[in-house]
Amino acid sequence: MNPPMNLGYYPGCALHGSSNDYEQSLRACLGALDVTLAEIDDWICCGATSAHSLNHKLAVALPARNLALAHRQGLTEVFAPCPMCSMQLLRAGQAMQSDPRLRQEISGMVEAEVHDGPCVLNLIQVFQRIGLDRLKGAVRTPLQDLKPACYYGCLLVRPPTVVEFDDAEQPQSMEAVVAALGAKPVEWSYKTECCGAGMTMAKTETVLELSGRILANAVAHGANCLVVACPMCHVNLDMKQHDAGEFLHMKFDLPVYYLSDMVGMALGLGAAELGIDRHFVVGGGN
Amino acid sequence: MSRIGVFVCWCGENIARTVDVQKVVDAIAELPGVRSAQHYKYMCADPGQAMIREKIAAEKLDGVVVASCSPHMHLKTFRRAVATAGLNPYLLEMANIREQCSWVHHDRDLATAKAIGLIGMAVAKVRHDRKLEPIRVPVTRRALVIGGGVAGIQAALDIADSGYEVVLVERDPSIGGKMAGLSETFPTLDCSQCILTPRMVEAGQHPRIRLYTYSEVEGVEGFIGNFKVTIRQKARYVDMTKCTGCGECSKVCPLKRNPSEFDYGMGMRPAIYMPFPQAVPARPVIDKKTCAKIIRNGCGLCEKKCAPGAINFKDTDRMVEEQVGAIVVATGYKLYSIGREQNSDKVRGYGEYGYGKYKDVIDSLQFERLVSASGPTNGELKRPSDGKIPQKVVFISCVGSRDNAKGLQYCSKICCMYTAKHTMLYKHKVHSGEAHVFYMDIRAGGKGYDEFVRRAIEQDGAKYYRGRVSKVTEENGKLIVRGADTLAGIPVIIEADMVVLAAAMRPADGVAELAQMLNVGYDENGFLMESHPKLRPVETNAAGVFVCGACQAPKDIPEAVAQASAAASKVAVTFAASELTREPEIAHINEQTCAACFACVRTCPYHAVEKAEIRARNGALIKHTARVNPGLCMGCGTCVAVCPSKSADIEGFSEEEIYSMVEALV
Amino acid sequence: METTSGREPAIPELESLSQTRLAECYQCGKCTAGCPTAGHMDIPPTRLIRLLQLGDSESALHASSIWQCVSCQTCTTRCPKSVDCAAVMDALRQLASERGTASPAERRTVVFQQAFLDNIRRHGRLNEIELIAAFKGAVFLRDRSLPFLFRDAGLAPQLQKRRKLHLVGESVKDRGVVARIFARAAKGGAQ
Repeated sequence: MNPPMNLGYYPGCALHGSSNDYEQSLRACLGALDVTLAEIDDWICCGATSAHSLNHKLAVALPARNLALAHRQGLTEVFAPCPMCSMQLLRAGQAMQSDPRLRQEISGMVEAEVHDGPCVLNLIQVFQRIGLDRLKGAVRTPLQDLKPACYYGCLLVRPPTVVEFDDAEQPQSMEAVVAALGAKPVEWSYKTECCGAGMTMAKTETVLELSGRILANAVAHGANCLVVACPMCHVNLDMKQHDAGEFLHMKFDLPVYYLSDMVGMALGLGAAELGIDRHFVVGGGN
Repeated sequence: MSRIGVFVCWCGENIARTVDVQKVVDAIAELPGVRSAQHYKYMCADPGQAMIREKIAAEKLDGVVVASCSPHMHLKTFRRAVATAGLNPYLLEMANIREQCSWVHHDRDLATAKAIGLIGMAVAKVRHDRKLEPIRVPVTRRALVIGGGVAGIQAALDIADSGYEVVLVERDPSIGGKMAGLSETFPTLDCSQCILTPRMVEAGQHPRIRLYTYSEVEGVEGFIGNFKVTIRQKARYVDMTKCTGCGECSKVCPLKRNPSEFDYGMGMRPAIYMPFPQAVPARPVIDKKTCAKIIRNGCGLCEKKCAPGAINFKDTDRMVEEQVGAIVVATGYKLYSIGREQNSDKVRGYGEYGYGKYKDVIDSLQFERLVSASGPTNGELKRPSDGKIPQKVVFISCVGSRDNAKGLQYCSKICCMYTAKHTMLYKHKVHSGEAHVFYMDIRAGGKGYDEFVRRAIEQDGAKYYRGRVSKVTEENGKLIVRGADTLAGIPVIIEADMVVLAAAMRPADGVAELAQMLNVGYDENGFLMESHPKLRPVETNAAGVFVCGACQAPKDIPEAVAQASAAASKVAVTFAASELTREPEIAHINEQTCAACFACVRTCPYHAVEKAEIRARNGALIKHTARVNPGLCMGCGTCVAVCPSKSADIEGFSEEEIYSMVEALV
Repeated sequence: METTSGREPAIPELESLSQTRLAECYQCGKCTAGCPTAGHMDIPPTRLIRLLQLGDSESALHASSIWQCVSCQTCTTRCPKSVDCAAVMDALRQLASERGTASPAERRTVVFQQAFLDNIRRHGRLNEIELIAAFKGAVFLRDRSLPFLFRDAGLAPQLQKRRKLHLVGESVKDRGVVARIFARAAKGGAQ
């Protein structure tokens, strides 16, 4: 029997907000794989786009506090399901690792001692740690009817010097996971093109245009669904799918799954259990 | 030694402005052993040299110190001057009171005191100098040329035409190099093979050129004038003495679909194949990696078909030794590989351009083969995916070059010119086609070059956009190229039928190993190092080894040919005398005190120290010792530093001399 | 240290914030070529950096482009000279916001980001409903656009149906430390 895995967990604001379907999905899925999540006690927002756009110090300090809290809690690995959070945590960690003076300053600012680590993992990396062979062995319902376009978005793979994950131009890590589940991922051209990120409220047209192009390319390459590992991408591609279609004078009907939905479905978990029934696009001519 | 003459130079104002030369002369004249001291405005000029000669005669000097500029400038001048006066030229020392004194200090008093100190050191040293004679080594007047591209061929022909034998070694089954695969050359648009093949044939038939094709240099021993080279002749499985080059074997070979190396994968060749129709030698070779007979003892049709019985499946690699006196390295280049696989972890590929993923994204040499009249598509530009003629071609410059992030910082020099050429070749074939070029700068500095690029733009209608391309993707058989034009300040997106990448020029594979064999340096990009970038562009710091062509740096054909002739002339200079002379300031080992620990043998960077035995007349072994080969030693002093028994020393820079200089100063 | 105009020179501060040397950019245009929103920008990334190289920080600080940027990091990833263009954009946004030079055409974006940060300062975690209310309110006060105020109103029941609507957001237990972190990070803030 495989030993249970215990990971530190940094949900981030989105997963406790309107993207709580993502948290439902990953908790159900990881629970079925004997992975327990130890949430960082009293974690704070990583600062997201607004911190790095408006205050450079804050953009280091906010993630740094979370790294310090994790260390205090004895967590050596922290799973951050949102790539904005994971990228900011990694970037702040690297900045302080190479500049001891900065680390000291930030430790003072955030009222917690910052050390090296913990190691930050994204959702794909969690499945890689569990092991694709083990995943393959645990599949009860191969996803053979699914032809997903694996969508990475921006911050899972960029900037490569910060996230050091997969290949920034031709990534294949997500495809490897879904292929292990029996699905048939398509090769397409918009894997790492931006969906419009945090502009959903502030400048909706940008999101509609960029996300629309992504959906159009997925369809053009034969996909019947999308897979993502980012709550922001999910909102832009799922909640905004109908509007994006209108913007481009096209009609889209592509379910957008979280990668944990895919794994969960293959393990035999139900749509309600995974929270898939809470998505906007359910597919099948909606 | 007690009759030393000291000559202090003003060097015009260069020294005299800062150093009080009269005061210096007065101080030096007081030193023991100094017979005469004087100063003069320009010691290196004729009157200055005459002064030295006169004083040597008049005062019967037995040692001379010239205090002036760096020995790099005029050591040879002054040595010749004292030699003509009858004094051994190695009884001369120079004190550098210019670069090491007047040019770096401002305070007159301090600089003068320092000059006196420097000259005092030189006086102390010259007192311990010994008469030395230049070392003479015999010369084997044969040359080795490594690489049979246009540079190697040119060098070989020039050396052979000078009257010396040349051994020409080429790794591929035919000579010709990259130029043999080009379509037309800039700026004249000459057919490349038409201008090259006469040279290839001449090299193949020249009575003084011994050609080893499908061969590699595996070992080099010895020194200038006396190299012993080991060459591996790889097995062709074809008996060259019997084969008539009729080509029937290739016709009958059933394994027709191997990617052709000559066509860079744009065409196919059988397992037994002629490299290309104009190959020299015009004989086929069997690819042992794919031949069914060699792998699993199947087939064998070519052997049955061959009338003269030239197929020999029992062929093996052969090792050959050649003795030569000089080596010319002309190993040429390869193209940066663009995709993920690179031969260094400091170099990265362009995943964003889809090379290797999309069939119609090709590199510049592949494009040359597609437009070449004798190419895999007979000169019709058919794109690899579906054979259709592309109506819109995008050419991307600087792929790999000038890209610090990918690991290659340098400019590859020829791509701007050949890209303009490509647009012209394309437009000449596809009149209605559109040629689009993304560039950063246009480098067209040669004769007629700038005019050539303007012709491509103004007459042949090529469209040039000043900006790099960010990404290439494929949709419905079209390649979407996302670039920019910074002159207009806008993104530019083009839907192309084919994309040609101008990939960086890099040194050929295996050059680092070859350079180590030859003791030739190479830079961080793998290009071989010349002795001096301005004044000695074809020599290396390994005596007797010369470089030419793209292995030294990216360059075009006229430059490669010029360098090849230059290297050949250096070889001729080396062979001009029946003996070579070398400077005698080299190491020697006191064989009586040598403990035979051989630390020197292990540490010598030039492999110049050998293990030797001293035997009695009856053959009994007396002792082991280390012994310096006077032909190879470069006088670096490493052996002196590591010798635990103080048996190693350098002539002209002995420990005694060095210590005397230090004592003179203290 | 305050200068007579109350401002430090912009370009050294931009270089310091972004940890880049603007001189390293050789204007190849690859950033503009790969930027998803460059087609809409008044001053695309290459030209923005060129203006800074020429000493013109004013044009850059007033540009719309810096607020149209989606921070996708494509420019930084593909730059052949490893110039961190995305960080330069961040630095420009920070300075433009501090100096009040943000382009009026992009006011909504600026207001949104400022409202987001303010929300975090007060709660330690994002309170979505409160953010939307603050954002819409601030924009409405300026441009009095009722359609804008009520756009996405239909979204609320859709989100509610899917249990994604949290009328009362989360707050951290220790809100004091968050407030203090913000105070320290403010320009000239207490240490």
